[in-house]
Amino acid sequence: MRKIKALFLVTMLALCCMVTACGKEDDGKIKVGVVNNPPSESGYREANVKDMEAVFSEANGYELKTFYSIKNDEQLQAAQGFITDGVDYLLISAAETTGWDEVLKKAKEAGIKVYLFDRMIDVDESLYEAAVVSDMAKEGETAVNWLLAQNLPEYKVIHIQGAMGSDAQIGRTGALDAQFASGKMKKVVQQTATWDEAEAKKIVEAVINSGEDFNVIYAENDGMAKGAVAALDEAGITHGTDGKVIVMGFDCNKWALRELLAGKWNYDGQCSPFQAKIISDLIKSGKAPASKKIINEEKGFDAKALTQSDIDTYGLGE
Amino acid sequence: MQEECLLTMRRIDKRFPGVLALNGVDFTLRAGEIHALMGENGAGKSTLIKVLTGVYQMDGGEIRVEGERIAIHSPQDAQNKGISTVYQEITLCPNLTVAENMFIGRDGGAWVRQRELERRADALLTRLGIPARSTQLLGSCSLAVQQMVAIARAVDMKCKVLILDEPTSSLDEKEVQRLFDLMRDLKSRGVGIIFVTHFLDQVYEVSDRITVLRNGELVGEYLTEELPQLQLVSKMIGKELEELSYLGETEEKKTASAETFYEAEGLSSSDALPFDFSIRKGEVNGFTGLLGSGRSESVRAIFGADKVTGGTVRVNGKPAKILRPIDAMKHGIGYLAEDRKRDGIIAELSVRENIILALQVMNGMFRPISRSESEAFADEYIKVLNIKTASRETPVGSLSGGNQQKVILARWLLTHPDYLILDEPTRGIDVGTKLEIQKLVLKLAEEGVSVTFISSEVEEMLRTCSRLIVMRDRHVVGELTGKDLNQTQVMKTIAGGEA
Amino acid sequence: MKKNGRKLSFAGLGQLTIPLIAIALLVVFNLIRDPGFFSIGISHNNNGNAVLSGNIISIINGASELAVLAMGMTLVTAACGGQDISVGAAAAIAGSVFVKVLKAGASITAGTVILAFLCSCLVAMIFGMFNGTLVAVFRIQPMIATLILYTCGRSVAYWINGGATPTVSSPIVTGIGSFIPGIPIPTPVIIVAVTAILFKLLFRFTALGLFTQSVGINGSAARLNGINEKFIKLLSFVILGVCVSIAGCIGVSRLGLINHETLLIDIEMDTILAVAIGGNNLGGGKFKLSGSIIGAYVIQMLTITLYAMKVSSTDVKAYKAVVIILLVVIGSPVIKERFAGWAARLRGRSKKVSVKGAEE
Repeated sequence: MRKIKALFLVTMLALCCMVTACGKEDDGKIKVGVVNNPPSESGYREANVKDMEAVFSEANGYELKTFYSIKNDEQLQAAQGFITDGVDYLLISAAETTGWDEVLKKAKEAGIKVYLFDRMIDVDESLYEAAVVSDMAKEGETAVNWLLAQNLPEYKVIHIQGAMGSDAQIGRTGALDAQFASGKMKKVVQQTATWDEAEAKKIVEAVINSGEDFNVIYAENDGMAKGAVAALDEAGITHGTDGKVIVMGFDCNKWALRELLAGKWNYDGQCSPFQAKIISDLIKSGKAPASKKIINEEKGFDAKALTQSDIDTYGLGE
Repeated sequence: MQEECLLTMRRIDKRFPGVLALNGVDFTLRAGEIHALMGENGAGKSTLIKVLTGVYQMDGGEIRVEGERIAIHSPQDAQNKGISTVYQEITLCPNLTVAENMFIGRDGGAWVRQRELERRADALLTRLGIPARSTQLLGSCSLAVQQMVAIARAVDMKCKVLILDEPTSSLDEKEVQRLFDLMRDLKSRGVGIIFVTHFLDQVYEVSDRITVLRNGELVGEYLTEELPQLQLVSKMIGKELEELSYLGETEEKKTASAETFYEAEGLSSSDALPFDFSIRKGEVNGFTGLLGSGRSESVRAIFGADKVTGGTVRVNGKPAKILRPIDAMKHGIGYLAEDRKRDGIIAELSVRENIILALQVMNGMFRPISRSESEAFADEYIKVLNIKTASRETPVGSLSGGNQQKVILARWLLTHPDYLILDEPTRGIDVGTKLEIQKLVLKLAEEGVSVTFISSEVEEMLRTCSRLIVMRDRHVVGELTGKDLNQTQVMKTIAGGEA
Repeated sequence: MKKNGRKLSFAGLGQLTIPLIAIALLVVFNLIRDPGFFSIGISHNNNGNAVLSGNIISIINGASELAVLAMGMTLVTAACGGQDISVGAAAAIAGSVFVKVLKAGASITAGTVILAFLCSCLVAMIFGMFNGTLVAVFRIQPMIATLILYTCGRSVAYWINGGATPTVSSPIVTGIGSFIPGIPIPTPVIIVAVTAILFKLLFRFTALGLFTQSVGINGSAARLNGINEKFIKLLSFVILGVCVSIAGCIGVSRLGLINHETLLIDIEMDTILAVAIGGNNLGGGKFKLSGSIIGAYVIQMLTITLYAMKVSSTDVKAYKAVVIILLVVIGSPVIKERFAGWAARLRGRSKKVSVKGAEE
């Protein structure tokens, strides 16, 4: 009896933990299978998933099947399943860059067109139609160029990095590192907070306690910028458009853009999760793109130029 | 018997915080003799043996084996130097097989194939007449068999000095005889055996020489045949013979009142077959029978220690539901368990905390006994029961066995029980304490407390109980009162057949 | 009587020796490195309140969540002889519930904050009960039992709000996570103090301490003395649930934001370490709450010291590991016994020496 109870509990929990998603059968529509990371991964992913669902809707003439997992092998199986189901298009944001050769070859044999979005895969270009991705390095450049345009007499930067080795960290760090190397900007501290807001706060607190002077906080996402700002607030250091310290973040969460609008932060760089429209246009036009790699255009927002409609259009989350 | 000295220990000192456990003790063991090491709890027997086996490092003195001065750094080291020990509490691994237990941690063990080890183990087990297979898990054997496996392990190591620390306390009569045969066999091969026990009869049955310790000091070394039993006792407790006279006089037993305190009909548990039982106020009765006869399981059922599966119970004439220990405690029943280490003491907690535990449980979580109150309780019972401890805050695990037992007794006495079940309260403790406990039982009975007393020493039970319930093969096979309360009758009933 | 009292405090100090020495060493090291390291100043924060600032404040403030969790973990460790590795994930759930309730109302008042905290407490206690049931009733090893929630807890936290990083902004929430106007001490520090006092009262006015230690040291004996072993174990997990909720709510209030992926991430390991550094036996039994609290501050002090030295945060974990290995090894019974032996020899034989861990 006890064993049954235990089994029941564990099974219930296992069920709760699984993300289940199913599509509906319908004829005369374009069948699209999307293999993606789960929306719980990040605010970015959440917006990405919502965008996909909105663009590839029945109203737009699509029949959408989705599968979400952070595990590559599960994604591979799901892709295999979509091929067997006979989808017309396969859209993939892979968990890992390797292991996709076989599946993509099978898709090609079955006449299914493959689009990659958000993340690249290590396969021959001939195996997919196009890859719609962000250029993280360009995001960094845009941000640093904006910072240089502020024409500060001197730049003393606290640089809070994301999880070391992630695409976003490498891309967003690159442009700033070049400035540190050239001596145009001074590196007060460069630490990774591994996307952890609380950690970011501790890093800034340590600098404040050491008494060192700084006038820029360059955080590689919004959350860490918020952590940094909390440390500034506690220490009574002003920040934002009228403040002593320039605050920069990335990702364009709505709440972060609102901080910009209120003048508490200075800059937020976009990392666009909206690839669905581009892919949909390609599918509907039936034309092959000029280049296999399509860079999704991304903006950087200045607090002084930001409007409420920008927030509504580009902001992620609520 | 050879007079050659196999082992000599000279002026051994050992200190513990606040206690001088051994003070210049000498001990000599000759090859081919069985040498009994005697003394009350805390006399220093265990400490001396732990020094000899490398568990403790001595603070002074010297040890020679076959004339050569040696230093013993660890139990492993002692084994390598030919000194093997079988401890009072089983120190083997219950989740390994018998064969693995016999060969674990020994040099070369890893090189020998498992099959071969099992064959060797089986051969030895058969030779020693131990009812165990080499492949079965040690934990599945009875305590007695586990003990014998421990001895077999030592025997197999071809030791020069074999130390048996209370080896017989969990063996029945037949097993004891088998062990004695084995000891005599080893003795004839020139092994020196140090025999530590509380059973005086056994000392006289098997040993050649006796060394007596008291309060960490040597009292003397005697040839067994030259030291009468009563004198031995007096040397151990350090009192003159006259003072011991009550040993024979405690026979008079109070007749209990007519009122029944507890009665059970068809009581059974997951471990005990249905049985009927009752006890009157102020009565002392006992369960007897061989190991595994079900005597402990029965009293556990009374206390609700195992899962109770049936039967009706009345306490003070009113129906009572006793399914868990706390139910029994609320009905004024206390239970001192057979296995002190596993079911009794909370080793790392202090004497004080151990004493107040049961009372605190009865008071409930939200009525804690205050610090000062608990200190007063502890001091009172340390004094009343003469518990030897450095302080009331000493961890109870560091006390000697007899004093640990007294702490548990104190724990139950503090709850002022109407009915106290004592399962083997005198096991592995010294004569003096045994007498104290027996006297205490009779005193409690006089005060109207009912007591069920279990002991593997029938004599002890005859001295204290007015009624004996005899069990065999998990059934009650007889009840003895009055004139029938004598050793012969008890033995007859236990053995079965004509009784 | 007096003598015994002193002996007891000495024995208690014995357990606290290692963490206290660790703190002392860190203090000395920092003073040599930077004499101004421990200066405390008064500054005005952006809300215009006078508040204390400085490294000490950062350490004590930053360790708050860890200290609260360490207290609860000590109890679970003592009763069950194992650790709950799901505290970080459970705190993310508790924090998410806190935010969810706060956002449900039209405006955030003191009342809604209390309600939100109570809800988060309730949820954390239910999850604690779930862990506790697996451990106490089904006798699953604590680490294995809590592995379930450790694995899926953060997904559960995500579902509660359905967004990755919902934010709440209210002066009350900021007050909880940072400073209450007029009080220069960070609020989390006050919360830790209150929690510690509550624990102290719990042990003072109930027999929980005795029962927990009995169950942890010898479950069989505890049962035969009428203690409900399962209940005690379950209770320890439920109490840890309350701690988890407190820690989660502090974490959320600090930033006014819940990120289910990063809130109190990896804190379970630090929590277990705090318990270990505090000299508590991870195998259960006797415990000292103050040890675990000090352990939490040792860990935080170490982190802040490394940050102040501008050690790259990728390397911080490695340095921390080295120091912690040292602390745990020095605190191990083997080394303690050796050390006690040397000490005894140094002090000479004439004096009676109290050696911890010696038997009989």
